[in-house]
Amino acid sequence: MPPSSIQPSTTQPGRYPQTGIVGYHAYLPGYRLERSEIAAAVGSSARGVRCVAGYDEDSTTLGVAAALPAVRGRETAVGSVWFATTDPVYADKTNATAIHAALDLQPGIIAADLGASLRSGIVGLLLAARDGGLAVLADRRGGPAGGTDEREGADAAVAFLFGEVDPLARIICTASVTAEFIDRWRAPGAPDGATWEERFGEQRYTELADQLLTRLSEARAELGDVRRFAVAGSNARAVRSVASIVQKATGARLEGAGLADAIGNAGAAQPGLALADLLDAAMAGETLLLISLADGADALILRATEAIAASRGEPLRAQFDRGVTIGYPQYLLWRERLAAERPRRPDPDRPSAPFAWRNRRYKLSMTGGRCGKCGAVQFPLPRVCYQCHAADDFEPVPASGQTGRIATFTVDRLAFSPSPPLVSAIVAFTRGGRLQCELTDVRRPIRVGDEVVPTFRRGATVGGIRNYIWKARPVYPTTPAAAGQPGAAGRPDAEPES
Amino acid sequence: MAQHSLSDRVAIISMGCTRFAEHFDRSADELAVDAVAEALDGAGLTRDDIDAFWLGTYVSGISGMALARPLRLVGKPVTRVENMCATGSEALRAAVYAVACGAVDVAMAVGTEKLKDTGYAGLISPKIQDDGTRVNTSAPANFSLLVPAYQERYGVAPDLFRAAMTHVAWKNHANGALNPRAQFRRAVSKESIERSPAVAGELGVMDCSGVADGAAAAIVTRAEDARKYTGTPLYIKALALVTGDGSGAADPQYDYTSFPEVVDCARRAYAQAGITDPRRELALAEVHDCFTPTEIVLMEDLGFAERGHAWRDVLDGVYDRDGELPVNPDGGLKSFGHPVGASGLRMIYECWLQLRGQAGARQVATANRGLALTQNLGGAPGDCVCFISVLGSKPA
Repeated sequence: MPPSSIQPSTTQPGRYPQTGIVGYHAYLPGYRLERSEIAAAVGSSARGVRCVAGYDEDSTTLGVAAALPAVRGRETAVGSVWFATTDPVYADKTNATAIHAALDLQPGIIAADLGASLRSGIVGLLLAARDGGLAVLADRRGGPAGGTDEREGADAAVAFLFGEVDPLARIICTASVTAEFIDRWRAPGAPDGATWEERFGEQRYTELADQLLTRLSEARAELGDVRRFAVAGSNARAVRSVASIVQKATGARLEGAGLADAIGNAGAAQPGLALADLLDAAMAGETLLLISLADGADALILRATEAIAASRGEPLRAQFDRGVTIGYPQYLLWRERLAAERPRRPDPDRPSAPFAWRNRRYKLSMTGGRCGKCGAVQFPLPRVCYQCHAADDFEPVPASGQTGRIATFTVDRLAFSPSPPLVSAIVAFTRGGRLQCELTDVRRPIRVGDEVVPTFRRGATVGGIRNYIWKARPVYPTTPAAAGQPGAAGRPDAEPES
Repeated sequence: MAQHSLSDRVAIISMGCTRFAEHFDRSADELAVDAVAEALDGAGLTRDDIDAFWLGTYVSGISGMALARPLRLVGKPVTRVENMCATGSEALRAAVYAVACGAVDVAMAVGTEKLKDTGYAGLISPKIQDDGTRVNTSAPANFSLLVPAYQERYGVAPDLFRAAMTHVAWKNHANGALNPRAQFRRAVSKESIERSPAVAGELGVMDCSGVADGAAAAIVTRAEDARKYTGTPLYIKALALVTGDGSGAADPQYDYTSFPEVVDCARRAYAQAGITDPRRELALAEVHDCFTPTEIVLMEDLGFAERGHAWRDVLDGVYDRDGELPVNPDGGLKSFGHPVGASGLRMIYECWLQLRGQAGARQVATANRGLALTQNLGGAPGDCVCFISVLGSKPA
């Protein structure tokens, strides 16, 4: 994007007629927790499930999982990275840089975090819309044990790449209003937040929605053209009331009303999930409106282009049923709300910062090298080829984006793992190269020859340093019946394959 | 440039070996002192008669001072060597080379290890500072990779391969039960082996070698001087070491059904010793049965079995103590225990006893063949070092 296309005005609704969404992807982690199990812990009852991240997923890895498919093949076109989460791994240190590294993006762009507020999600979208950037919205939401936030939260991520080349939806208009009041709050770093009486926030947000619609009308945003809209926010009453106001004002179809019921509310990622759901449903030429309610109200109006049908990836709703149900104790262990028994083995060492920096292309973007002389692919990038012994003649080859097959494997009940046992395999990649890596999201007994894909995950955290590693995840058929089968090579909740 | 055989130029004139056990009451230093004293007494020598010392220890000491201090060696060259599970054998290799090249007349190799002071389960290997990218698998997990790969390649039904693994553990425990210096002196039923708690892959606790403390020592001289010290020296027929380049995981040609380093090392050792049919020429073999599938695969890599047939040979009792080629008649790592730095010399100690007819209740009937093999493996499938020695009771 040339700088001239950036609209710096903060008083007028923004218009970016050249820019649009060129790619997007929503990622739901593979675990589900029955809300009734959570509620039962405090003698209450609840319906449905919430989406839960694996023990080796955090906001950064969730973000990478969403961003990889959104940018694949367009890495050099990414103009910036804006990362939104209420559950950052690090303070002081930027988290977006790990996403930037995992995606192997150009060094000459900015990658930044947007604080830890719920509003950061829509802000990431608005910022990326301004500069042809990548908005990565990822969150893990929880709350006091047994309570509403824990039941109704969700872990999920979504990424949108903006640009000018063949957008699948063009930006028509954006608008924001801001207000200071106490509806939902949390101390920095604290796991549990709190809310004021919901009706107070509901009243504030309905006022703000009215102001927002007025501003959009003043900007001649042609609200009457809106065919589909979605509202996201953490105050469920406010979301319902504002949806009703917008419906009356526009006559458009409300999308995603059941999103939070189906998988939970993913905090800062929720406006992104709502937008992905809108785009999943949109037809070419339709005008779409997204409203986010967080310490104000923000709107994004888009128009789907002819490219939308061809540019869509896997729809968000296709992932709803693709989860393995875990028990509440498992959730509490994974969330480190309970401390598990430690194995009688030494704790892992703190990763060396200089070593990790030298090895960053392998460690963070899983890049190896193809020997210029004999063609053998090897990870990480070596000095000397194992096959022909030629030195320093390698072309970088990423394993990410490829599939691999398991040559042999083991389930290690002795090694340290935050969620024992540690399952590892020798994986041979389609485009050459083989390496030993840890497996994750294993749902059934592994067999030699099984197909896997690389996935970016967290290893152990030592001394506050989070060790990011690439693992491999088995590829399972996407039919819900087959995918929902529980049981794994050795997971504590494993059941033998029936 | 070539590697040359030192065959019959150097001989072992005395050995010592402590019991391998959970020696909670003794330090690595004390164990070394005991093994050295036994070796010196056997040859009628004192420490002053030894010209140079090599100490093999994996995790229980740093530098030659780890031996010089407990023995109060004054003015002697003492060197610590390390090469994973081949560490004890490396000490012998260095001592043999020193004698063979004429630098010294009498040299001693000592291996010692104290593993039971950590309080942890299994073997704890020293870690080199890295970036945490390597998969943090345990040793049993690494060796368990052999099992699905072997079953897949040779179409062996899992229950048959399981039975072969069980037979290895059962045989080695039966042998160890007859050995007063073994860690586990108890025969174990096949049922209890198969019922043992899972550790990694198809391996249960009873598929794993014993984590132990212990020490062993050997004194070597030139072959022509050996009879000054003993009427029955053991002659070094072959010493071979192959250090892998670690490419197994990367190389799609490597299929986890073999240790190419062992195949290469065996070829070199047999050439040095002039062995063409090891299964019939060897009186016994002491091999690195760190885990039960390792011993099965080693039978093929060492040329004792056809490819894909070792599991059947094992079940047929070919490698039992009264079989065609007794393997690990002292109980092996499995039941004698595996104090890493001492294990290579412990294997040679068993050859020392067997070829000289001193193995008592577990004496093999094949001793008159006069040749024995020891083999160590350090690391993991696809990423290992291998040491092989061939020892003989008769000079050339």
